[in-house]
This record gives sequence, C-alpha cells and structure tokens, in this order.
Amino acid sequence: MGSHGIADRVAIVSMGCTAFREHWDRSTDDLAIDATLEALAPLDLRPADVDAWWLGTAQSGMSGITLAAPLKLEGVPVTRVENYCATGSEALRQACYAVASGAYDVAAAVGVEKVKDSGYQGLNAFPIPTDGTQRSLTAAAMFSLVAPAYAERYGIDPAELRRTLARIASKNHANGARNPRAQFRREIDVDAICAMPEVAGMLSVFDCAGVADGAAAAVVVRAEDAHRYTDRPIFVKALSTVAGNGAGLLDPDYDYTHFPECEWAAADAYAQAGVTDPRRQLAMAEVHDCFTPTELVLMEDLGFSERGEAWRDCEAGVFDLTGELPVNTDGGLKSFGHPVGASGLRMLFECWLQLRGEAPEDRRIATADRGLALTHNLGGYPGEMVSFVGIWGSELG
Amino acid sequence: MSGESMRGIVGASAYVPHWSLDRSEITAVLGSGRGRGRRSVASFDEDPLTLAVAAGRLALSGLDGSGRSGVNPIRSLTFATTAPVYLEKSSAPIVHAALALSDSTATIDVGPGLRSAAASLRGAFHSTDPVVAVLAGDVRIGLAGSTDELGGGDAGSAIIVGDATVAPVLAEYVASASVTQEFLDRWRVPGEVRVRAWEERFGQLRYDELATSAWERAIVSAGVDSADVARVAVSSPNQRAGQALTKQLAAAGVSVADRRDDTVGFTGAAHPGLLLAELIEQAEPGELVALVALADGADVTILRRTDVPCTGATVADQVEATMPVSYGRYLTWRGLLAAQPPNRPEPARMSATAAERRAEWKYGFVGSRDRTTGAVHLPPARVSFRGGAVDDMDAEPMAGRRANVATYTVDSLAYSPSPPVIFAVCDFEGGGRLPVELTDVSASEVSIGMEVEMTFRRVSTADGIANYFWKARPVPGTGGVS
Repeated sequence: MGSHGIADRVAIVSMGCTAFREHWDRSTDDLAIDATLEALAPLDLRPADVDAWWLGTAQSGMSGITLAAPLKLEGVPVTRVENYCATGSEALRQACYAVASGAYDVAAAVGVEKVKDSGYQGLNAFPIPTDGTQRSLTAAAMFSLVAPAYAERYGIDPAELRRTLARIASKNHANGARNPRAQFRREIDVDAICAMPEVAGMLSVFDCAGVADGAAAAVVVRAEDAHRYTDRPIFVKALSTVAGNGAGLLDPDYDYTHFPECEWAAADAYAQAGVTDPRRQLAMAEVHDCFTPTELVLMEDLGFSERGEAWRDCEAGVFDLTGELPVNTDGGLKSFGHPVGASGLRMLFECWLQLRGEAPEDRRIATADRGLALTHNLGGYPGEMVSFVGIWGSELG
Repeated sequence: MSGESMRGIVGASAYVPHWSLDRSEITAVLGSGRGRGRRSVASFDEDPLTLAVAAGRLALSGLDGSGRSGVNPIRSLTFATTAPVYLEKSSAPIVHAALALSDSTATIDVGPGLRSAAASLRGAFHSTDPVVAVLAGDVRIGLAGSTDELGGGDAGSAIIVGDATVAPVLAEYVASASVTQEFLDRWRVPGEVRVRAWEERFGQLRYDELATSAWERAIVSAGVDSADVARVAVSSPNQRAGQALTKQLAAAGVSVADRRDDTVGFTGAAHPGLLLAELIEQAEPGELVALVALADGADVTILRRTDVPCTGATVADQVEATMPVSYGRYLTWRGLLAAQPPNRPEPARMSATAAERRAEWKYGFVGSRDRTTGAVHLPPARVSFRGGAVDDMDAEPMAGRRANVATYTVDSLAYSPSPPVIFAVCDFEGGGRLPVELTDVSASEVSIGMEVEMTFRRVSTADGIANYFWKARPVPGTGGVS
C-alpha cells in the first residue's frame, strides 16, 4: 500500500481557458465548447479525436451528457465529477490517471461553471434533504473564523493582520490587472481595502473571491507521446487529493489556524515529485485564495512559510510577482472569480503559460527556469474540506 | 392532605425572553397612546412552543429523575397556547422531544382558548398520573398600538404537578373552584392579528362577579377564611378585571401580587403559570397562596407553600436581565413590518424522515461519546474521529452542558430573518465541539472564551414547516463572561 503518483508518465499538451466574466450572453454549453475548442485547435484535433473525457462541474449540469450533448460526442465515455470547489482539479486528476493506466491515448479534462444564472450573489449549493440541523453560514463567514484565531495564536494585533490580508488582496488584484482573462482588472491599494465595511467577521467584499462564469480545458496524453503534439509539453509531477473527515468541526483541539487536509495533500505531492524545499524549488504557485485568510494560511500549509511567519512573508513581498516565490500570478480567484468546475483548470492554465514562457511580459515570472509549478485547489470550509495539490514540470526527470 | 398522600407542585418556572420593548417606543413611533413600562419580547427565533420548552427545562432542572432516566415519572404533558404553530398537527410532541421525556408520556395540546392553561392546571391536580407537566407559551401580538400589543407580553411557563412520593413538593394543593359563564368579551378570527373586544366595562363587570363567586367557593372548599391567604395573584387579559375582588382581599390583609403588567405584560396562556411560579418563589414556608385565572370563566387554586427550596432562575431574576429591543426590530421579528432580507436563497424545508431518524439529536440535543477514547461527537456518529472505533458509543445528553466560545464571526451575508448571523465555534465542558449560531446576543458582546448555554429555537420555517434546533446563548446573569 502507498501513494506512488504518476510522475513523468503523463503530459499536458494543450490548454484552453475562456475569459472569466459575468457571461450573461454565454450558456454552460457555450463556455464548455469555447474552452474545449481553444484547447484542441493548436493540435489540429477535433472532439472526435479525444478518446475519453472528464467534465468538472459542481452545479451547472448532471452527468457526462452535460458535455457530450453540446460537443455532439459519439460513442465515447464522458464522466462528470464533483468535489466541491476542487471540482476542476478532480476532473484533471481523473483524466491523467486514465491516460497513465494505458486505457486511453488522448483524454481531455474540461471544467465549466455557469454561476450567474442563479439570480443570487455568491455561490449557492443545491439543497440536499436534511434533518434541518445544519448551519447556514456563508463561506465568507466560515473562512473569516481563521483571522481572529490566527491573530490570537501568534499574538498579532488584529489591525495589523487586517493590513496583511489587504496586502494579499492587493497583490492578487495587481496581478489580475495584467491578465486579459481576469474578471477584475483594476489595482486596489491596501488602504482602500482596509476602509471597506466588514461583511463577515473582519472580511470585506474585497477579501472575497469574485463570482464569475468560465471554463477551461486540458488535453492529456502519455509523456512519451507528448512531443508528437507540442514542443513544450508540461509533465505531471504529482497529483494529490485529500477529503477531510470533518473532525475539525468535532474536535476541540482544532484551532482554525491551519488546514490539515492541505498539509496532507502537500506532503503527499512533494513526496511524489521529490520536492524538499518548495519555496526555492518551485517557480510559482497558483493557490485557492477564495478568501484572503485562506491564502495566508496556505503559505504555511504548503510549506512556503514557517508556522506563524506567513503574515511577515506576505508583508515582505515574498509572494509578489517579483518576489522569491510568486503566488497567484494570474490574479487568483480574487481577480478571476470562482466558477467552481473551472477554477482548478484555470490555475493550471497559468502554470502552462508561465512554464512555457508564454505569459505576457508584464506578468511574466523571473523564476520560470526552476521548471516546477504548483496548483492548489480546495473545497469546503475550515474543519471540513477537500484539498488538491498538483505539481507540474517543464522537463522530464 | 399531608405526608404520603400529599399532591402539589413539584416544579414551577416561567421563562421570560431576553428582550423587552419599552412601551414609550411604541407611542413615540405612532404618536399616540399611553406608553408605560415595558413588555417582554420573544426573539425572532422563538415561538410559543420554544418558550414552553425553555420554561419546562427550568422547571425540570431542579427535579431529580426528571424524565432523562429510564424510569420517567412524567406520565402526561399538556401544552397550552393561543397561537399554535400548526393546526391539525400537535405541538406537544415537539415539546416532549425537546425535553427528552420518555416515549410512554402522553401528550395533550390544549387551546387556542385562553382558558386552556388554567383548565389544564386544574386537570393536573385531579389527575391520577403521578406526575403531570403543565406547559404553556404565548407570543402576544396585536395591531400596532393596540391594547394587545401594548399590554401583551411573551413568555413560557411550566408547572409540574406530582405526588410527594415522587418528588419533593414546593406547594401543596389545598383546593380549587371553577365558575363558567358564557359571554362575549374578546375574540380573534383564526389567521388574524387583530383581537376584537366588546366594550371593556362589560367584561370587567362579568369577571368581577365570576372572580368573587369562584373565590368564595374555593375558600369554603379549602376550609379557610380569606384572611388566612397570604397572597393572591390575578391573571386576566382585561387589566381591570378582578379588581373588585383584590380590593376586598387587600382590605382583609391579603397581599396582592404584581400582575407584571409594567414589566412583562399579559402573556396569554403562559400567564397563570408565570404568576403561580412567582407566587411560589416569593412565598414563605407554610403560607397559603392563591391564583385567580380569569378567562371565559374563573378558576381559583389555593396552595400551601412548603419549606422545600425553589431552584433555577426566578421570574424576577429574568425580568431584571432583559435587554431592550427597538420597536422597528420588534415589528420585523413578528412579521408585522416586512424588512428586506439579504439576497440569498431562503432555507429549504427540512426532511421529515431525516428529522425523525435524528430526533434525539435534533430535538433532545443528545450526542454520542466514544467508549474507548471518550471523544464526544456532535452530532452522534457511528465511527469515532479519534481512533476510528465503530458502533461503540454511548448516548451523551448535551442540552444542559455549558460551552465556551473558541472563535466566532458575524455574518452579514447569510440569510436570516434578523441579520447579521452571529456564529461561534463552541467547545463544551466535558468534551465536544459544535460550530453553532448564537442568539440573544449582540455582535459587540461576543468574545473568545465567553460562556454559553444551549437553547431550543425555531431556526427556520419553510413550506409551513417550523424547523427546530438548538442555538447557544450567553449564560444569563453572568454577562456571558466565564
């Protein structure tokens, strides 16, 4: 028994990603078609050339037919997957395993979410019949629980932590301003964010991911076949997913200053990829900044900062575009919004651009020659979450 | 009656909600009327049923073997209200479930007539059941500025009647008398907020006659003189009714109890129990006390206080601890002023089958404890989060357990009839954690480490289904600080 990974056995050979927007004029079908065709076009492939499909969507459709019908796929397997907000990464993970197993030559992972048809702000889950005892808090409020707990544990003045969180948002908006696919493209300074009214704990709307529609897609083949499709494939170094058991909601020992599911997924992924010093070995990371305290804590859970030090590292600019380890160089969920099924693949899309040197100059990282990038995608809440970590490399071995 | 054959009240408590409305706020908004004193106000998540449960928990807290043990002495439970949550469906089984009573307890809904509370109390004294729980709750509303809105109050009451062989008696039953006469005084059409009334003088005169008549019969039955009674309390929807009797009794040296008009208001079906609980709380051992309940007739009960001490929060304690609520907020809580909710989906209705499977958790707040590691699970679980033991847990009743706030947040985005939602991760004394909504609290009062207790509330309503569960609130009288 053991987690062995599939390092260097599978490659991504093409990707597509729509702009993330309030796409009032685009349907789930339109977005899925656009992202898929964008990914297939450079390869001169048609949908019929793909052997198997994985569709990630949390709430925009049920079953593989959600993708098979708009693309008019014939006689091929399409599997719809859902794993909370890590849904896009889950679709990608399944496609990679399918190719690694030898079952298929060419697989595609497509993530799509049409959020803005609900009529409400924010993300809203399908109601599952329950005994009526479940809490009904927003995700913003659940993640806001982290801020006072973190401040208390490390003796940080809440006003100082407020500025640190604002700096995280400001950094991601600065990156997003340089990305034509991002929903929000305006830079916002720390003082302006700190002046916003609180909506959940100490968080304002500027501490929360936006809400957008979008889709992204990746084409997956065996590593040995990769150069038949592109000169610059990126290779799967690690794939790890952990589904939490909710113990943090039951166990008084859990203190809301870290996410064990993310620590476990990171440890597993680093072991698969042979990464021992992520802060220096990784060229960049795309992490799940659904709320600013989430990104803060992730810097520690992913091993980029020592425990209790992430707030200092954030202040020191370690994770800025020009910093020691650039994080969320595309603008993150903060600038992109969070079409649930698409986000994990959107993160990979940025790694794809940066590792291949295709990111626009004004947001191109200086660390690309390190050759490794990380995507981190989570779903759920502190105490009860699923977490994905993927590591991607521009070279084999 | 004495010794082995003695029957009386073995538990008596009222529950007065956390909030109160200064009546001058009503007159300030409406620009007319008289506003004196204040009235009690049920929170947005309370209803007649939860008010009765809260009173029942107070009354039962002093009783050993109150029904949580295998041998449950409570054989029947009545629940009275003039504003039932449901028609067709009974409410008393929900009260019964929230009090975690035995399944062999009979439950009886009474109402919606105002006299139902006094009638069920009378029935309890004459019952052959060893212990009877008489619960009542009411949320009193009326049109803006009406006598019912100004003079009404919200409360629950619980009177536990039993034999001395079962539990120590606080007040021995001595005698009772009832007089019935049909006349039209007050009436409300189902579904309407407005209570209609005949000319007040007519009701007052009728009640004066009925009260005096019932009183004379009761003291004859008790074999005492009026002057032997130390204190009398009169419960009536008509503030002047019964004054002829109380003037006469005062002249004979009988103390007349505060009807709580200026501090609580008339609490409908809960009021006879509330006044009775306070009579018992304030009486000296050996004193005779009497309750006169006026509603479509007159019911007089005479009791003798014993030397068994009362336990739990008194009416006076609770009245003292109330916090003010604005008239605007009061009106939105009662649904009399429609306020804009957050633009979020409203809660879905609960599943009847899921709720039934989880009834002990949902209504009784019973978790489970891992026999190997002692880890407490809220809600109860089959597999332990610590050590993974399977199907090896004991039921762990948690409703009476206090907790401390580990961390908290204020959510202005979540759907709530009274935003913002204040929410805390609560760690319980003796183990166990639950992230749960706080109530009876303002955002500025919450702090890490604050001590809270559990309270049974109506957490949402959808498709006409009232969905009940527990919330946490600061421990009254402690300021919530442990």
